[in-house]
Amino acid sequence: MNAIVQTSFARRSLLKGAGALIIGFGLGLDGKSALGAPAVQDPKSAASWIAVGNDDLVTVYLGKVELGQGNGTTMLQLVAEELDVPVSKVVAAQVDTMRSMNQGATVSSSSIQVAGQQLRLAAADIRQELLRRASAKLGVPADKLSVSGGVVRGGGKTARYAELVGPGTQEIALTGKAPLKDVAQYKVIGARTPRRDLPAKIDGTYTFMQQASVPGMLHGRVVRPKGQGGYGHPPKVKAIDEASIKHLPNVRVVRQRDFVGVVAERQWDAVRAAEALKVDWELPASLPGDVKLYDKMRSAKTVDSVVLKEGDGAQAGDHVVSGTFHTPYQAHAPFGPSCGIADVKADGALVLCSSQDVFALRDRIAAVAELPKDKVQVQYLEGSGCYGHSCYDDAALAAVVMSKAVGKPVRVQFMRWDELGWDNYGPAHVGEVRIAAGKDGRLTSYEYQGWHHGWQIEETSEYLASGKPVREFNKGVGSLIVNKQDAGGMYDIPNRLLLNHAVPGLDGYLKGANLRSPMDLSYSFASEQLIDRLARLCALDPVEFRRRNITDERWRGVLEAVAKAANWQSRAQAPAANGDVVKGRGVALGTHRASMAGAVADIEVNRRTGAIVVKHVYAAMDCGIAVNPDIVESQIIGMSIQATSRVLKEAVTFNETNVTSLDWVSYPVLRFGEHPDVTPVIVPSRNPSIGAGEEAIPAVGAAIANAFYDATGKQLSEYPMTPERVLQALRA
Amino acid sequence: MKLVVNQRRYDVDVDPETPLLYVLTDDLKLKGPRFGCGLAQCGSCSVLIDGKETRSCVTPVSAVGEGAVTTLEGLSQLYAKEKGLAAAPALHPVQKALLDEQAPQCGYCYNGITIKAAELLSEKADPSEGDIREAMDGHLCRCGTYPRIMKAIRRAAAEMRK
Repeated sequence: MNAIVQTSFARRSLLKGAGALIIGFGLGLDGKSALGAPAVQDPKSAASWIAVGNDDLVTVYLGKVELGQGNGTTMLQLVAEELDVPVSKVVAAQVDTMRSMNQGATVSSSSIQVAGQQLRLAAADIRQELLRRASAKLGVPADKLSVSGGVVRGGGKTARYAELVGPGTQEIALTGKAPLKDVAQYKVIGARTPRRDLPAKIDGTYTFMQQASVPGMLHGRVVRPKGQGGYGHPPKVKAIDEASIKHLPNVRVVRQRDFVGVVAERQWDAVRAAEALKVDWELPASLPGDVKLYDKMRSAKTVDSVVLKEGDGAQAGDHVVSGTFHTPYQAHAPFGPSCGIADVKADGALVLCSSQDVFALRDRIAAVAELPKDKVQVQYLEGSGCYGHSCYDDAALAAVVMSKAVGKPVRVQFMRWDELGWDNYGPAHVGEVRIAAGKDGRLTSYEYQGWHHGWQIEETSEYLASGKPVREFNKGVGSLIVNKQDAGGMYDIPNRLLLNHAVPGLDGYLKGANLRSPMDLSYSFASEQLIDRLARLCALDPVEFRRRNITDERWRGVLEAVAKAANWQSRAQAPAANGDVVKGRGVALGTHRASMAGAVADIEVNRRTGAIVVKHVYAAMDCGIAVNPDIVESQIIGMSIQATSRVLKEAVTFNETNVTSLDWVSYPVLRFGEHPDVTPVIVPSRNPSIGAGEEAIPAVGAAIANAFYDATGKQLSEYPMTPERVLQALRA
Repeated sequence: MKLVVNQRRYDVDVDPETPLLYVLTDDLKLKGPRFGCGLAQCGSCSVLIDGKETRSCVTPVSAVGEGAVTTLEGLSQLYAKEKGLAAAPALHPVQKALLDEQAPQCGYCYNGITIKAAELLSEKADPSEGDIREAMDGHLCRCGTYPRIMKAIRRAAAEMRK
């Protein structure tokens, strides 16, 4: 789309774009139907990113989505800052494959760092062009002009941006060379701007994906075995007994190969029919069962690689500690199960979904619906928080299959057991770690060997319907390798060796994908516990031990910040323990890719029952300049609670044929009554802003494990740290 | 079938076994109550029936009878009625406090959170931390915003005691 456009979309449509509005809303900026209209998404044109309207509104064609992490506010702050307009005048267009810029998936805390920078450069170009126009209009040299609140001032005269836009649409080029604002001049960046989406989320007028509807829509449910089996070993339909739902005459069964679903006008009919429909499944016994999982992984024929080798990799040192650690599959477990709506016609498809990557999903839909990519329009509606690649694409694709079969729009709402049982879980992990230090408390060598399989490629609906063999990412960006930043990367260690053992993921394992701070909780849980063991062998306080081994200023910064917030007092020895309930305090560090985090946890352990209660978490993060400190603090709080949940409670259970974690009883998460207080700390910084949505997870989880060591003198080699495991460790 | 929802009468033509949730979302087009588990385990679908928090996903619409259903949309009206206020405020004090604390992340669970907290504060003007933890324990928040919810409930309680 061209540069500075004449009019902006009505704000109502942009922010609420949902339900019945959507179908009629499929219009491009040029007023043509977006279905079939050429997608105008020239990344070289600044106005494909941002449009300044003559109504004073600035529209941002974000490719990154709001997941509850605040993107819909912070990204607008970046634009408002560079353009010098009030943040209230900046709106985000709905993410739509026909209109938005493809900024890649909203993953890996990349929004602020990568996409945010793109938006800032575009905004700076537009600002420069507006200043050029103002200079001509006002007869004042551009360098004598100032801007604030979208008004250009100079020589005693003023011009609003809106007056400089002019009639018609005008295109300007994205040079990326216009100067960005100096940090010292920031007014909007660093402000606690209230979240844009919260008023509607609180008063009940917000439209989540799960609440969207389109005219003539039918309700669909998938029918699958309860709980997935091995990825690559799909269930096969032997027979469907349609008579089993003949008491529900308004239900239609959809079958495409091994994909089975039901469609009905009334939602309750679809729910009942999905439960009642008798399908005779052939279920291969393809899994090891959760009890034998780690043995199977450890003895698998792996593809091995050296992730990092520094120094001679020797195991020298006065004190050497080692351990084998096991961490389970964990579920994204969004609070509201995934939902999607598809309207597949002979000449095109419109799909509403909550995908973190609408562009990648569009290509999948095109394949499943057998349509050209440019005839498929995918629009984003926020669903329940997903924390990574949950079932949102799967639900959307299920809707596509069903809509194509019945020739009407179909809404597919996953049930709780669909979401938990067919998730793309955060993969299980085995870590064998050996770390050495001298008597002086300086780390001398570090070895981490990690076993895990990769992430899935095919969505369940896709492969059940197509019957095609599935694949896993085992090389390239989607593959998992031991994270060199998180596995000891914060410490100065002369000899470091990281080995990755890629387990063949099609050989009888669950489906895997990115779960918030992917794998880092596993690495930190293993690595940071051994660091504490070394500290004790060196008779050093855990904070002091870490201090001795870190020279990086930013890592020092988070360590000192969290120690100060927690009023950390030197504790080289475990405190004396009397009575059933013992207290412990632990510290740990962690990261994913970008930000650095440190955490201190205060816990109580009941030695009689084995129950751990986390009382307080202090978590510090250095994310560069916090674009919105209130949102960063909210993220730190949420991550601290989620990490507590993951390390104390969460594990996907399965037998030899299928997953058995199907509801909140069989997949428990941290409850309100169990939650710790959290003190979030943002480390002051002048460094560029980086993502802040993942890194506290590994730090907090490991700090809880170290608090357990502090309280009991024991370490656990596996999480979740359940009462059974605690009692077993205390008896040992 | 007759229903009273948010102080309005409705006549809906549905199978009496239909869970109240689907009637509220699909027939009455309300967006407060929402699907979470269908098992009464999470609190996503909560409404008040005669002031008591109820899981609409497992409550057949036929079981509601003459009960007055209040959803998130009707919460401030109900509050005004209970308090004898001339007009309903834009937000129930619990909602206002949740907004002031900037508590939600994705916000999907906030229907149930708000309904349950409103029920608690209508029954207990000055709940202790333990009271709040106990009352809210049946309402999950997967984003982990419990600490800000806790602050908001205390803030709302203080506001309502004024």
